[in-house]
Amino acid sequence: MSENINNIINENTSQETSIRFENITKRFGEVWANKNVTFEMYKGEILSLLGENGSGKTTLMNMLSGIYYPDDGNIYVKNQHVSIKSPRDAFKYGIGMIHQHFKLVDVFTCIENIVLGIEDKEKAKISYAKEICQQICDKYGFIIDLNKKVYDMSVSEKQTLEIIKVLYRGADILILDEPTAVLTPSEIQRLFNVLRNMRDDGKSIIIITHKLNEVMEISSRVVVLRKGECIGSVLTSTTNEKQLTEMMVGEKIDLNIQRDEPVNPEERLIVKNLSCRNKDGIKVLDNVSFTAYSGKILGIAGISGSGQREVLESIAGLIKLETGDINYFDPKDHVMKNLRNRTPMQIRDLGVRLSFVPEDRLGMGLVGNMDIIDNMMLRSYQKGYAIFVDRDKPKKLGEKIIESLQVKTPSINTQVRKLSGGNVQKVLVGREIAASPKVLMAAYPVRGLDINSAYTIYNLLNEQKNKGVAVIFVGEDLDVLLALCDDILVLGEGKVRGIVDARNSSKEEVGIMMTKSNYEKESDIHE
Amino acid sequence: MNKNHEPLFHIVKRSDITLKKAMLIRGIALLSGLVSICLLMLIFTGANPFAVIGQLFSGAFGTQRRFWILLRDSCLLLGVGLALVPAFKMKFWNLGGNGQILIGSLVSIICMKYMGEAGVSDPIIILVMIPSSIIAGAIWALIPAIFKAFFNTNESLFTLMMNYIAAGIVSFFLAVAVTSGSGTLPTLSTGNLPNLGNQYLLTIIVVILLLVIMTIYLKYTKQGYELTVVGESQNTARYVGINVKIVIIRTMVISGAICGLIGLLLAGSINHTVNTESAKNMGFTAIMVAWLAKFNPLIMIATSLFITFLTRGMSQVQTAFGITNNSISDIIIGLVYFFIIGCEFFIQYQVIFIKKQKKKELQEKESEQ
Amino acid sequence: MMTTLFNSIIPAAIAIATVFLFGCTGEIIMEKAGHLNLGIPGIMCMGTVGGCVGVRICVLMFGTHTINWFVLVLLTLIFSALFSCIGALIYAFLTVSLKCNQNVTGLALTTFGAGFADYFMTAINKSNFAGASKVIRYSLPFASNLGVFGKIFLDHGVLVYIAIAIAIATSLILSKTRIGLSLRAIGENPATADAAGINITKYKYLAIIIGSIIAGFGGVFYVMDYVGGSWENSFTIQAFGWLAIALVIFTVWKPALAIAGSIVFGILYVVPYYTSGISFAQMKILNLLPYVVTVIVLIITSIVGRKNVQPPQSLGMSYFREER
Repeated sequence: MSENINNIINENTSQETSIRFENITKRFGEVWANKNVTFEMYKGEILSLLGENGSGKTTLMNMLSGIYYPDDGNIYVKNQHVSIKSPRDAFKYGIGMIHQHFKLVDVFTCIENIVLGIEDKEKAKISYAKEICQQICDKYGFIIDLNKKVYDMSVSEKQTLEIIKVLYRGADILILDEPTAVLTPSEIQRLFNVLRNMRDDGKSIIIITHKLNEVMEISSRVVVLRKGECIGSVLTSTTNEKQLTEMMVGEKIDLNIQRDEPVNPEERLIVKNLSCRNKDGIKVLDNVSFTAYSGKILGIAGISGSGQREVLESIAGLIKLETGDINYFDPKDHVMKNLRNRTPMQIRDLGVRLSFVPEDRLGMGLVGNMDIIDNMMLRSYQKGYAIFVDRDKPKKLGEKIIESLQVKTPSINTQVRKLSGGNVQKVLVGREIAASPKVLMAAYPVRGLDINSAYTIYNLLNEQKNKGVAVIFVGEDLDVLLALCDDILVLGEGKVRGIVDARNSSKEEVGIMMTKSNYEKESDIHE
Repeated sequence: MNKNHEPLFHIVKRSDITLKKAMLIRGIALLSGLVSICLLMLIFTGANPFAVIGQLFSGAFGTQRRFWILLRDSCLLLGVGLALVPAFKMKFWNLGGNGQILIGSLVSIICMKYMGEAGVSDPIIILVMIPSSIIAGAIWALIPAIFKAFFNTNESLFTLMMNYIAAGIVSFFLAVAVTSGSGTLPTLSTGNLPNLGNQYLLTIIVVILLLVIMTIYLKYTKQGYELTVVGESQNTARYVGINVKIVIIRTMVISGAICGLIGLLLAGSINHTVNTESAKNMGFTAIMVAWLAKFNPLIMIATSLFITFLTRGMSQVQTAFGITNNSISDIIIGLVYFFIIGCEFFIQYQVIFIKKQKKKELQEKESEQ
Repeated sequence: MMTTLFNSIIPAAIAIATVFLFGCTGEIIMEKAGHLNLGIPGIMCMGTVGGCVGVRICVLMFGTHTINWFVLVLLTLIFSALFSCIGALIYAFLTVSLKCNQNVTGLALTTFGAGFADYFMTAINKSNFAGASKVIRYSLPFASNLGVFGKIFLDHGVLVYIAIAIAIATSLILSKTRIGLSLRAIGENPATADAAGINITKYKYLAIIIGSIIAGFGGVFYVMDYVGGSWENSFTIQAFGWLAIALVIFTVWKPALAIAGSIVFGILYVVPYYTSGISFAQMKILNLLPYVVTVIVLIITSIVGRKNVQPPQSLGMSYFREER
């Protein structure tokens, strides 16, 4: 493999090196986040840093941007050995990073965020900064209102702001951490155009990603990390998705998600005219209606924050509704039960078998500081005798889940926050499935998981579907939604934009539905 | 390579620490605290450090009476700590222990004084004052709890203010009840709680009972489980259908009721009177007791004994070295707190000196080869 | 009634309000940097001791001569600042460098500071403190002759004006300058501020030290100006410290509003002493006013809380850059 790297380096000796990593090593406790990573990148190229979740991509880049300091190894910027101790040092060397979780102050305006932390008195002046930022926007084609408060901005606006921020600081090496994760297909295209403009302008760009199609589309070269180690670097033009996957996972895997034909689907959950408002009085669900069938997987697609969370939480009895009905058809006694405005306890007392894997695993589905036994007990602690809790059955359940789902944990008494993301999710999904549900709701269940864990989860969902459970799956990756689900409900701004058959729809169609009304609105204004 | 540009050390979060190592770190912190006491005494009074330590122990264990007082006082402190534990486990910052104790004491004294003057017999007075002081303490905690549950009102400042309101009501009572104008209420002989063997034993027995009940409550009951979940994450509690509001209110009522009970013991069995300082700041000290023990009732036995040992010991040191000012024990206890609080850092994080680490790694590599 | 209001109550309220204002401004600076400092009562106590050490030095320096006003005020403030700094450094080291729990550290500091004040204030030789207090309280000689206007606005010692000036300056710095922007960013989202290249540790330390110094002045003012150089115990100063922390919520983290807020608290505090015809017991009930009103204010602000009057987002949380 090292021969391979050398070949490529030799090929490109004509190009100017912008960054070189040499034997970079970083450890967190017992975990090697990065181990002897060595590669370089050149001026004016877009480089993809590819790897599974947890392979150390972000850690590596954080060492370039001064968030972490390497335990060992050297970094060279423009052939000069540097020591980057803080983000300030990184700016000094022209490195700017756009983090996956945006580093913005919500209560500040756009321009305040841009000048934040700038030492130079002239550059820190708001009026001066506005002028320059306007020039940057014109140059690369950004549209942004510099006086808007961040909490009023959409995700893609926030990302634009982050890019302007690093450009204003004079960065010519840009790192983008999973920039497409929260964008719609059309927004992704717009971002890629901007990136190409910047590349042509001589900037070096690193994209951290685990999405292969994007790697192929935007980058000229790919560096693959696996378990913290650099597996190799290849030119995009000489590789394909299959080879990259193998490099990334270390073994051949079948990337196809299995999907069986539904057997005897019948109406299980009939949701009608749901509406509700959030704390600030803004309507987050507006007249949402749909039906979930037994033996089918219903996908929910939409830009993040379009009401996905609220739909699931109102079914689970966590949100007070303004209008609407949630009718559950009980296959046992053939009775229609209305779940509207009932608490989770009341829903359970009705005999409704509803399981819910929430988006926030350690903040909602599990308690990070409790061990596996106590987390198993969360849903069933009321079953104990009189005022006491019973820890025997939860312990047995925990042992069963650890064994059947191959959860990697030191012991059953380990706090769940100490487990890795994939294992945490296995514990949560395992518990929810153990309740033998009739309806299973899962919000972003594979977010942040490595490929093998993700496929374990897909298989579990399919297993439930084949058992006749009505599965509701909220996802962000349209490719996965289209491959896994039977039907897809598209949400936008709290409204239903449409329900499509996943077998006969394309990514572009769904993408347009997700954003449709935004365009309608814009055209309204023009007229 | 320009080594001088590298930082000298960096800080890493520990993923796990053995209990032995954690206890060792805490032990070192305690020792440094004690050393600093001796140093301070050396600076201020020129006292021989060994003599100081000798007096410290003599103050706590020197005579049988001192030992009984040590036991009783640490039980009182432990009792207040046990009252605060459920609230703090629920992440409810109950800084109102002082007020809850005080109001419990006050209600007991009111019963003792006025029923006694009316000629009611002692057993009946006691039967009335037990529930009324417990309820008074519970109400004092219930008020902030209700507003916390429904409006998320800042509980730490609310409970603090309740301390001052309780103190104000006590001064009002003293202004009304003490006709002599001295402002101090003479000790009452009516409605005193019974002596079991000696005057200290009742408190000790009550608190030991409390300890057993609270340990079981927190660890083995549904309510204890619920309050832990609420404390860890209110979202999770909602998700599994726990009524967060009820849990907050219920837990605080328990917390206040126990404080009220301690107030009852103070009034009926120890002081037989009340003033604005009757709670002896135990509401705050007990927070340290509970926090240092990581809210584990059994470890709290040790922490409350330790803090009482320091307080009792320091008062003996003062007398022995002719310091007329009794505030020095506050300074010294505060100082020891700093050491114990600070040592938590070394339990959670690890400081790695870069050059040392590199050497070590080189050695490892060599030995591997 | 109206004449007592303007001639006595309001001037007295402004005087005691100064204690709250110092404490509140100091706490706001710290809270803007993300540190909820429950040690303020302790720090105010330590500042008091420092100020009194300064006074004592002046008394020794000038002997039987009349004490020079400028030297006295200067030394008092310098020594007060030095002593407050000790408390601030302890708190900052534990909560910033060692990332310890802010509430517990604050409470320990309050225990420590109160004991510190009780011990040293008894130990210090307080002879001629009453005389020094008169000098500190020196106001324009013609002020009291100017009727109500003079009594309210001019007839105060210099510390009152210093408090107001500090509050206004803090308000301007927080809202208008680069430093203020950085400080607010740290309290809102330290990870963002860090990624923007702001030296978090430096800012936090400075905010805690400066905030503590300002709060410490409150204690000195109470002892050397308001009560005329006498000392009973630290109980009252502690109470002022807690009220000052509550005032921060009342004034929605705005030092300029704190000026008005502290005067309101000041009025509540002095009203019992100027209400004629009430018994001793009734006065004890009126003395509860500031605390009861604080409770009511806490409740009201929690009910009508809106997005733009929320506390700094990461208030009370420690920041560790490599947190995963």
